[in-house]
Amino acid sequence: MSDHHHKETFITKYIFCTDHKMIAKQFLITGMFMAIVGMLMSAIFRVQLANPGEASVLYNLLPGGWLNEAGGLNPDKYLALVTMHGTILVFWVLTAGLSGTFANFLIPLQIGARDMASGFINMLSYWFFFIATVVLLSSLFVESGPASGGWTIYPPLSALPQAIPGSGTGMTLWLLSITLFVVGSLLGGLNYIVTILNLRTKGMSMQRLPLTVWALLITAILGVLSFPVLLSCGLLLLFDRSFGTSFYLSDIIINGEALHHAGGSPILFEHLFWFLGHPEVYIILLPALGIVSEVIAVNSRKPIFGYKAMVGALLLIAFLSFIVWGHHMFMTGMNPFLGSVFTFTTLLIAIPSAVKVFNYLATLWRANIRFTPAMLFAIGTVSAFITGGLTGLILGDSALDINVHDTYFVVGHFHIVMGLSAIYGMFAGVYHWFPKMYGKMMNKNLGYLHFWGTFICAYGVFFPMHFLGLAGLPRRYYTNSNFPMFDGLSDINEIITFFALAGAIFQAVFIFNFVYSIFKGTKASKNPWKSNTLEWTTPIERIHGNWPGDLPVVKRWAYDYSKPGMEDDFVPQDVPLFEGEKEH
Amino acid sequence: MTNILIALVVILTIAALVQLVRVNELLSEITNKDTNAVTDDDNKKNGILFLLTIPLFMGFVVWQMVTWDHLLLPPASSVHGAEIDSLMKVSMTLILVVFFILTPMLFFFAYKYRGKKGNTAYFFSHNNKLEVIWTVVPTIILTVLIVYGLKTWDRAMNTNVSDATVIEIYSKQFDWTARYSGLDKVLGKSNYRLVKGKNVLGVDMLDKNASDDMVVKEVHLPVNKPVLLMFRSRDVIHSAFLPHFRVQMNCVPGLSTQFAFTPTKTTAQMKESEGDDFEYVLLCNKICGSAHFNMQMKFIIESEEDYNKWISSQKTLQNTLTLK
Repeated sequence: MSDHHHKETFITKYIFCTDHKMIAKQFLITGMFMAIVGMLMSAIFRVQLANPGEASVLYNLLPGGWLNEAGGLNPDKYLALVTMHGTILVFWVLTAGLSGTFANFLIPLQIGARDMASGFINMLSYWFFFIATVVLLSSLFVESGPASGGWTIYPPLSALPQAIPGSGTGMTLWLLSITLFVVGSLLGGLNYIVTILNLRTKGMSMQRLPLTVWALLITAILGVLSFPVLLSCGLLLLFDRSFGTSFYLSDIIINGEALHHAGGSPILFEHLFWFLGHPEVYIILLPALGIVSEVIAVNSRKPIFGYKAMVGALLLIAFLSFIVWGHHMFMTGMNPFLGSVFTFTTLLIAIPSAVKVFNYLATLWRANIRFTPAMLFAIGTVSAFITGGLTGLILGDSALDINVHDTYFVVGHFHIVMGLSAIYGMFAGVYHWFPKMYGKMMNKNLGYLHFWGTFICAYGVFFPMHFLGLAGLPRRYYTNSNFPMFDGLSDINEIITFFALAGAIFQAVFIFNFVYSIFKGTKASKNPWKSNTLEWTTPIERIHGNWPGDLPVVKRWAYDYSKPGMEDDFVPQDVPLFEGEKEH
Repeated sequence: MTNILIALVVILTIAALVQLVRVNELLSEITNKDTNAVTDDDNKKNGILFLLTIPLFMGFVVWQMVTWDHLLLPPASSVHGAEIDSLMKVSMTLILVVFFILTPMLFFFAYKYRGKKGNTAYFFSHNNKLEVIWTVVPTIILTVLIVYGLKTWDRAMNTNVSDATVIEIYSKQFDWTARYSGLDKVLGKSNYRLVKGKNVLGVDMLDKNASDDMVVKEVHLPVNKPVLLMFRSRDVIHSAFLPHFRVQMNCVPGLSTQFAFTPTKTTAQMKESEGDDFEYVLLCNKICGSAHFNMQMKFIIESEEDYNKWISSQKTLQNTLTLK
């Protein structure tokens, strides 16, 4: 199996490639592209929110004034942008961009495999994702606009084109695109699970797996169990929209016309949707926490504290994530007893989450921290996880949820705990593994600038949102100027928009650094971070099959940093135990 | 033309940046072999920045709490709302205390344990005692919080109230309508297929309970009397949100939902403490289409006398529908 050097053409190397490392890069670049699209959308609607009534003046500054030529940002377009921003960030960037990149890149490299179990299925997974991307983006250009009923696409709003223009062709394309997306992520997920369970190199027992791989394994299992539910949920919606069934619809009059639908319930949709939707939150978060565990250990020059507890916490979080979906639905009129059960299970998640935070803090304690840009972002993740996790105690408590449900408090909460934690984790991953991906180093100082700018701006954007929520401001309002009770909130909105636009500029620094380093960056050495995991034993030049000779044999866990009695402050996993040495 | 100029400026800026970074890297390559390796100096700089983050971040949080305090919702104007407020106070205090301990701790560790050449980290891979402590303590605190929360939830969700004023809140894109049950305190049956002309709610006039129902566009309620709201929707999901009373419930087509509460402060009282332009308002809190942001209805809480005066001046449905 060692001879994997068959002839590569441009097409087999860069396009229809079955090498997991190239597929990872394809996911990364597509994810980054979508992140830029999603971020620009948020910049446009933040301008509107800070300047209700005057936003069109600012939109004139956009090159060519294209937004105003298209009629300005009316409420329908605002909702379309909010919907697409959510869809893109949740699914395209933080699911496919994050998991797709790092599961593909790290799983074979860190477990000592030559490639994924099926390179072909892996390639299919990317190309399904790619077609999904094209379909989603094409929905931006249909006449009635893209889907605009919120990323949660609750029917009847999403089922009836008469209810909102975006529920016409745009919604059909959205459903088609998500279907392709789910197919792609299922193919990928199954492949990840099979690979991790079957292709670990000799000596790589489950107890020696790096935490990144553990996190990616659990994420893949969550995805495989929950995405099919979204698929069926979307399929039933398609039936209701196109074939006149009544799964979700009942007793509706729209535009003066009484529809024939009877007996369905939109609440059924919500149950199905959130049965995916909540695990989805952890599909987003867990890979980031896995990356962060690795980056913190390497750069603290210390073993991750409580390895077993970390794995246990991941498993417990994953299990609980399947029985908490109802906390998104406290206000739907479901039986209050059911609400109590969901409150109970939801607040339980705080326990493994707290354990993870304490373990990160214990890892930093008495460390010898090396502040690479990746390490800065890893610390940023822990900070966001603390800040955003705590407000979860408010939202998960059904009694308190009555008054903050669907307000900006929620927007602040999930952007910090899920958005920031995950995107910081993704940045940490990119900075950390860039030398392995491209054989070059990213510029350190631009990395510092990127982190500090982003860190300050992100809290400037999302922290004030809690106050908007506590003032009672509902989310997804085109403007809050129609209620005298919200008149005092315009200052807060201006601050948020200022930080949002400033934060966007700092992302340009990252994009610049990324592209610059690929072409002009300084050459990376084989193991620039002095890390223990197996990916750093591969040659700098990318080869199909990862290791030129035999596969490495694993002799120890991944976290022997600063182990007493050792010459260096790191001992790679393939170094045999010394005589009399105990395995951690 | 301006577009071409803008594009040109952008391209030139990027080109200039590339050169700048390149020059920078070449310069440091002369003095230091590995330009992008992290030095003690980098560790010190970033460590100090983390240290500075503590007062700046904590200060920013405190500044927001002080400056924007007056913008937050006033204390609840309902019986169950006051209980929610107490629970909120307890939870908020708890999370703020944890926040103000853990966040500075994280950044302080980052500063304190910044790397130096020659230093060695302390090999510390696990400690069962510590791990048990920080699993058990959160568990105990959460148990208390869960029990307290569920008790409040049970009381807030109790719709089994005797002698309540029964009102139907009917939502559609993009307004609200209310229907009082009248003297019999029972709402007449309704069916969406009966919506026609003036019968905007589709009330079944053959039902004897329907004739004294009253349809209004503004809700008046007597203070300190329980009220039971029944929600219906004509088209898509809406959410009836009365933030001042800590009341929220989705209005779902095909499903009847409800919420009971007792208002405790009149609109006049609130105008005294909150300013003359204060009004209780019902807003929509579930995305429902273009004018979602402008779906509102006034609620007026008044003395029982005033309420009786108002309600007796309202036309019954029977009257409205038969009058030409």
